[in-house]
Amino acid sequence: MIVLAVDSLTKADVEDKMKALFSRHNGEKQELIPILQETQGQFRYLPAAAMKEIARFLRMPESTVYGVSTFYAQFKLTPLGRKIIRVCRGTACHVRGASKVLSEMEKQLGIKAGETTDDLEYTLETVACIGACALAPTMTIEGETYGKMTTKKVAEVLGDRNKAKQQK
Amino acid sequence: MTETKPSNKNKQTILVCQGTGCVSGKSLEITAALEKAVSELKLTGVKIDFTGCHGFCEQGPVAIVEPEGIFYTHVGIDDAREIIESHIRDGKPVERLFYKDPATGEAVPKYEDIKFYSKQQRIILRNCGHINPERIDDYINTGGYEALTKVLNEMTPEQVIDEIKRSGLRGRGGAGFSTGTKWEFCRNAVGDQKYMICNADEGDPGAFMDRSTMEGDPHTVIEGMTIAAYAQGASEGYIYIRAEYPLAVKRVRIALEQAEERNLLGDNILRSGFNFHIHVKEGAGAFVCGEETALMASIEGKRGMPRSRPPFPATSGLWGKPTTINNVKSLATVPVIINKGADWYAATGTEKSKGTCVFALTGKIANSGLIEVPMGIALREIIYEIGGGIPDGKKFKAVQTGGPSGGCLPETYLDQSVDYESLAAAGSMMGSGGMVVLDEETCIVDIARYFLSFTQAESCGKCVPCRIGTKQMLDILERICCGEGEPGDIDLLEVLGTQIKAGSLCQLGQTAPNPVLTTIRYFRDEYEAHINEKRCPALSCPSLITFYIDPDKCQGCGICLRSCPAECIAGDKRMVHVIDQDRCVKCGTCLEVCPDRFSAVTKLSAETMDVPREPVPVKEKPKAAAA
Repeated sequence: MIVLAVDSLTKADVEDKMKALFSRHNGEKQELIPILQETQGQFRYLPAAAMKEIARFLRMPESTVYGVSTFYAQFKLTPLGRKIIRVCRGTACHVRGASKVLSEMEKQLGIKAGETTDDLEYTLETVACIGACALAPTMTIEGETYGKMTTKKVAEVLGDRNKAKQQK
Repeated sequence: MTETKPSNKNKQTILVCQGTGCVSGKSLEITAALEKAVSELKLTGVKIDFTGCHGFCEQGPVAIVEPEGIFYTHVGIDDAREIIESHIRDGKPVERLFYKDPATGEAVPKYEDIKFYSKQQRIILRNCGHINPERIDDYINTGGYEALTKVLNEMTPEQVIDEIKRSGLRGRGGAGFSTGTKWEFCRNAVGDQKYMICNADEGDPGAFMDRSTMEGDPHTVIEGMTIAAYAQGASEGYIYIRAEYPLAVKRVRIALEQAEERNLLGDNILRSGFNFHIHVKEGAGAFVCGEETALMASIEGKRGMPRSRPPFPATSGLWGKPTTINNVKSLATVPVIINKGADWYAATGTEKSKGTCVFALTGKIANSGLIEVPMGIALREIIYEIGGGIPDGKKFKAVQTGGPSGGCLPETYLDQSVDYESLAAAGSMMGSGGMVVLDEETCIVDIARYFLSFTQAESCGKCVPCRIGTKQMLDILERICCGEGEPGDIDLLEVLGTQIKAGSLCQLGQTAPNPVLTTIRYFRDEYEAHINEKRCPALSCPSLITFYIDPDKCQGCGICLRSCPAECIAGDKRMVHVIDQDRCVKCGTCLEVCPDRFSAVTKLSAETMDVPREPVPVKEKPKAAAA
């Protein structure tokens, strides 16, 4: 994966937020994944400094925290764009032309799937299935679903996604 | 159809679908627009409400007006005012929003008359689309939580297990193990603490029935789970939901809160002395966590990797305690079996596969959506009667069931009965219920490659056959799709596939080769065409196809030239356009945009067309009379 953005947060940057976050947990090992999810919710990625704090809080090796973070697709170790675009690559989407939508998206944004634009505006990802198969091919921007995508509609949703025409 | 009475006499309700599909079609805004129109017209006899998924996502956003049962499709924000004015105030339903039968073109006003629904038998999805999933009273009014009350007041755990065993209910997660027997194992296991887990980590690409059930009727899952916990003596429960399903997570959480408030969950449920607590665990994006031992590792906060069985979860599961894991659909069926009895349930289906099954019918099919049909139904009935056949006059090629673990069945299997045994005998499987229809334009080798690329990427890496074997198979398939296949590749794929199935630790690896092996079994000629002739019969694999502009047909209009994303089309006004094959990216845009009256762009595989090297003046268009 080519990464354009870097992790620059230090312990001082994350300490207060992590303390507040830990106050809602008991420090049990089973809480690792929810804590990682909340941390990513705070910072939009998992800063290395925060993962060290988590390891200390849960009294486990840093390597365990890192191992879990890298196992699950949801967790990111570098900053994400402000808007996350997920192009669905589910079966229904695949047979209805998802790969064309993806390559058009890559072209328009000038990045490959898995990358973030230089201005940190967009991160482009693929997802195995968002479960809206009847609307295939689909994609989401910040959780909002766009159905029956075409290469033409890519520019439309990027250009002004709020005014993107309601598809019939 | 009789005219409806004015609204002030009959209390009417407009139910707007707010499943994920319809929400993406702006159904939240439509609900608001309907409410606005009602208040502007000062109507009182009508209520605007929402439901979960109706299953007919293709027609979304959809809305139903009750009690008449009028079904509106493709509703837009601008249609809200008309629905309220014409239907609710004046009693004249809006005909242009009725469902049109794809076969006859006829408008069908009522929900119950639409073939997509009338051919179905809904048990698991019985409430989806009919009740507000965020209001527990809606569920209770349909008889919800009666089964739980009955179980707690009148039945012993053994009687519950016996009833479920007699019903013949089998796990709807894919493997099809007897649900009652599973519960019995856990009931008989020794342990001070037992756990009940609902597996809602629906990861198969192309399947969304668990999501829709949780979004549309979360209480039935909670009720089923509580009954299961009672039968086994579990006091703690987990619902493990994919993080990609935010709406399902939200509705399940609301439902849990409401159930606790009513003492249908928590301590001393309905004063029976039985305690049961349910926690929601959100997955973090790993397909393998649908495997039960991996799922439990994930709940424990670890990397979601499977372990070998035995010991089975029934004896040593979550934190080493006896645990049962059931799929969403299995649990949603339980309250119905308790209410209506094992015999009633067992009357539907085949000898070994009882009841109904839910499929997410998608792909190249007219009526995409969620369907529930009795076990034993023929594939043909699903695809042509409920699904409305293949759109755009294309030819049926295959149907893929069971997702990345299943297989592709050709036309000769259309009269095949849909049940656990028959599908397995054909080399596919029931799986969690994805059903993707493929037409003549879908390349079968590419579909096999697609599924394997998915399982290969999702392999957790713990065991060698799955980690390395699937990668080897994928490399071979990619070569074949690129036109670099070699003689012997098919045999090699078969050998590797058989070994990976035999040697892998969990079902992910044990089933990953299925899409490849079944497509070789039924569509060997397509593999051979790719390898020996470098030809893609479906005209789909980019490396094996070429686009040509027919010099006899091109009128030099310039549309393709302007649309070409690679800017590789040369031409001018009234000059025949020419594609620079070296720079063409095979996107097919030129074929899409070329006006129908010219149809000058052709797609060929392993064939060539004589075209000029440079743009030449267009030939005179033959007169219509001469033709």
